[in-house]
Amino acid sequence: MFADFFFRALIGGIAITLAAGPIGCFVVWLQVAYFGTALAHTVLLGVALGYLLSIDPALAVLITCFLFAGCLMLLERRAPVSLDTVLGVLAHIALAGGLVALAFMEQMRVDLLGYLFGDILSIGHADLWLITGTVAVTLTAVSWQWHNLLAITIDRDLAAAEGVPVERVRLLLIFLLAAVIAIGMKMVGMLLVVALVIIPAAAARRFASTPEFMAIMAAVIGAISVGAGLMVSLAWDIPAGPAIVLVSGIFFLAGLANPVRKVFRS
Amino acid sequence: MPVIRNGNGLLTDETIAGLGRTPLIKALKICVSLGRRSVLESVDIEVHAGEIVTLVGLNGAGKSTLVRILLGIIQPDEGTVERRPGLKIGYSPQRLRRDPIFPVTVRRFLTLGTPFAPERLEAVLQEVGASAILSHPMAEVSGGELHRVLLARALLRNPELLVLDEPLAGVDIASQSELYGLLTRIRDRYGCGILLVSHDLHLVMKETDKVVCLNKHVCCSGTPREIARDPAFSTLFGKHISEWLAAYSHSHDHRHDALEDPAPPNDKEES
Repeated sequence: MFADFFFRALIGGIAITLAAGPIGCFVVWLQVAYFGTALAHTVLLGVALGYLLSIDPALAVLITCFLFAGCLMLLERRAPVSLDTVLGVLAHIALAGGLVALAFMEQMRVDLLGYLFGDILSIGHADLWLITGTVAVTLTAVSWQWHNLLAITIDRDLAAAEGVPVERVRLLLIFLLAAVIAIGMKMVGMLLVVALVIIPAAAARRFASTPEFMAIMAAVIGAISVGAGLMVSLAWDIPAGPAIVLVSGIFFLAGLANPVRKVFRS
Repeated sequence: MPVIRNGNGLLTDETIAGLGRTPLIKALKICVSLGRRSVLESVDIEVHAGEIVTLVGLNGAGKSTLVRILLGIIQPDEGTVERRPGLKIGYSPQRLRRDPIFPVTVRRFLTLGTPFAPERLEAVLQEVGASAILSHPMAEVSGGELHRVLLARALLRNPELLVLDEPLAGVDIASQSELYGLLTRIRDRYGCGILLVSHDLHLVMKETDKVVCLNKHVCCSGTPREIARDPAFSTLFGKHISEWLAAYSHSHDHRHDALEDPAPPNDKEES
């Protein structure tokens, strides 16, 4: 009964959550969810750019996210107004610009809903390669810089005084977040992609007593959510992306019943 | 100059005497401005091995900015910072953002980045009086305990220079006097230089070799006794405080005999 597209969705989805889990942990630890939201808003601009340069839209989205992440890091250093405002302004300019750019390309019929809400069941062979490649690079980079990432999570000044290259490590983290947003967008769309990053990580907190265990738990919760969400969507004929996000939401609520102190002291 | 440590990992007396001549860290003509507002104006400061230097000043005097420059966290607009090559710095920040969403225990916080032998960890925690909280989550440690933990983290790195930003903030009075003594003990045991930022004039008088009073520029510097008599100091802090300080330094003036006073005798060019 399972077709190829279902397995591609399952493998691609699980691969994405394996990277989204650890990255999501740093996003909730550092409270930079707004970075993810801003990055997700640039997706349509990336799609338009892809058509313009006639390259793969998924790759174009990845490149656009990287460029935007670079701009954000520059702005963070010398923002004329508060970073929150700058991000809000830039993200919505990118979104509006993307919509206008797509409207100009009359010969292309763009599946706008597909980009807003994602379509995990449309993950093709080429997508799968891009996803697994990006996930492999992300996980390698995270494990390579793990100690430095933890150090800047605790305190940037302390890390800097102890010789951690704080700016470079932060840049790396934002780039990795951009990569996860770009590939996660395919799965649940730009409106829900931040949920994919944050919810498994937030849910994992209640089941973990160390940063490492929390990162692994976030990946596991994400993977289970993908599997269960896909099954539910198949059984009840509901959209797969939102079903996946809802399942991870159930994990989060279940975690609330598990008192964090008990886990810590055990 | 090679740093020679004896079997206990402590500096030998000859090394300390040698190190005393060149400063561990020396900042010259440091200028910083934020937009049009100038934060530091041509500030000179140096710290020698075995010396406790305290940075005092009112709010907004640029103390934290100067510390961040000395630590290399930010770069000055003008001026230079010279560190002795390979200088190991232990830093204890004023505060640490702690969030229950980040699951680390005190033990993990202390060993993060550099693993230490459990005995060494025990010994340092014993020294700062924080052994009991080793397995507590960082987010649940009290403000006073946090300062001890931060001090322990700095000490675990065998620092030659210890930079402590407001180490007594949020510490209760009984623990304060204990920490006063601790700083001198640390200095004597590790032979390190200590740079303190403190609002606490009691600490300044009792444990400091040299006071640098900052008000964007260095308004006066010298031994606690000298600055208590300095007109610039009483202008800044008020006559009331400087009179109290002068009386205090008279009755409590003493030298630390464990080490030679490494500060050059005519070190008054900043005043």
